[in-house]
Amino acid sequence: MVLEARNIFFRYGRQQPWLLKDFSLRLDRGERLSLLGPSGCGKSTLAMLLAGYLQPERGEILLDGQLLPQKRCCPVQLISQHPEQAINPRWRLRQVLEECPLQQEDLLPRLGIEVAWLDRFPRELSGGELQRFCVVRALLSGAPYLICDEISTMLDAISQAQIWQLLLREAEERKLGLIAISHNPQLAARISERVLDLSCLQQEG
Amino acid sequence: MKMNHRKLLLFCFAGSLLLLLVICLLGLLIPESAVSGSFLEARQAPSWEHPFGTDAMGRDLFLRTLKGLSTSMMVGLAASLISAFIALLVGVATVLPSRLLDSCIRWIIDLFMSIPHTVLIILISFSLGRGLKGLLVGIAATHWCSLARLVRAEVLQLRNQHYVAVSRRLGKSGSWILRHHLLPHLAPHFLVGMVLLFPHAILHEASVSFLGFGMPPEQPAIGMILSESLQYISAGMWWSALFPGLLLVLIVLLFDRLGENLRKQLDPYSAQE
Repeated sequence: MVLEARNIFFRYGRQQPWLLKDFSLRLDRGERLSLLGPSGCGKSTLAMLLAGYLQPERGEILLDGQLLPQKRCCPVQLISQHPEQAINPRWRLRQVLEECPLQQEDLLPRLGIEVAWLDRFPRELSGGELQRFCVVRALLSGAPYLICDEISTMLDAISQAQIWQLLLREAEERKLGLIAISHNPQLAARISERVLDLSCLQQEG
Repeated sequence: MKMNHRKLLLFCFAGSLLLLLVICLLGLLIPESAVSGSFLEARQAPSWEHPFGTDAMGRDLFLRTLKGLSTSMMVGLAASLISAFIALLVGVATVLPSRLLDSCIRWIIDLFMSIPHTVLIILISFSLGRGLKGLLVGIAATHWCSLARLVRAEVLQLRNQHYVAVSRRLGKSGSWILRHHLLPHLAPHFLVGMVLLFPHAILHEASVSFLGFGMPPEQPAIGMILSESLQYISAGMWWSALFPGLLLVLIVLLFDRLGENLRKQLDPYSAQE
């Protein structure tokens, strides 16, 4: 299984300059890639394109030569930088997990989620605790590819290490393709086999 | 037992709801015969026997006012329910991808809001032959705009939330998202908006009846009572306008309070006050 971005072009609106211009990327299942680059160079945009939240203007995103499905559960899932925006504030966290196509009870303790949290509202949990739920939700989608868009930026060092340890273990077990977006070169080098610097893109465009 | 803010609100809410229900029921239960007075008792000032006095035809004003208010509340209820339903449909239609439909809806809302309500109600009511039907259609057709606008804005905002996009990427259909993400968010706004439509509808009903474009004269509507009393007020019958008017104001304020309390109850951010 291979995820491919083939010569994609993207810009926000017709008057804007190209943010991504003739960009290509290839990632095998089980491979871990980090994307580095300064703010505003298109890292998050690339993540949204790869997970199907945005559509490229030209070029295509392919999984095994097929376009990403629009109706079914997407095989590339994105975990975003802001867990509090990615969870419906009126839902109890149990409902958040029930939204996933798969159910797997034993995953919760492995990611350090306590059963008592399930009956709370998102407002009553911290950012790190919410982010764990987002990770669980992405894993429970059964998607073979995960994109982590600065998922640990707003966490303290300990939670950051915890979340990444758990995530890497799960990725190893499930042979997930992982793309991690980060500002931190040390973290990128630690978690991935391959690092791609996007800062050169900026100068071209 | 210590009363906290929220319990007190609930208490006020239940109290005003009960009072409104009682007035409404009383008005329905009062028989037609009780309101037909005799000319022997015409133009009497308030007394224990007739707390609000009697009018020029000898009818007891207290009973007549109650009956009128309950008619007004029925009209208000029906009209605001219909209005709210239109508002919900129009608001939720915003989710549809059609740009043309959206522009049309915006245009219609702007059109309706640009014409003064009373004028529009009179026009519609008049063209439908006055009476209850004309009034009901008139009020229902004019009051949905502001609520529709509110619902529309809320839908637009929700549609762009990240968790809605996530839900779609998890393979959920549009109707699933509508039922599980959008409607639970809209319900409180909608409910409060509907209750707050009530006082508007009642006041408009009364004012249009007062102007003579609404209820037929034999129907004891509050607007009709006030309009009749106007002819006699210069003859010194102060009670014929004062008490029905005061009761109308009281009812409208109660409904307004009810809506405000409901809003505070449903707002999750006031839960810890």
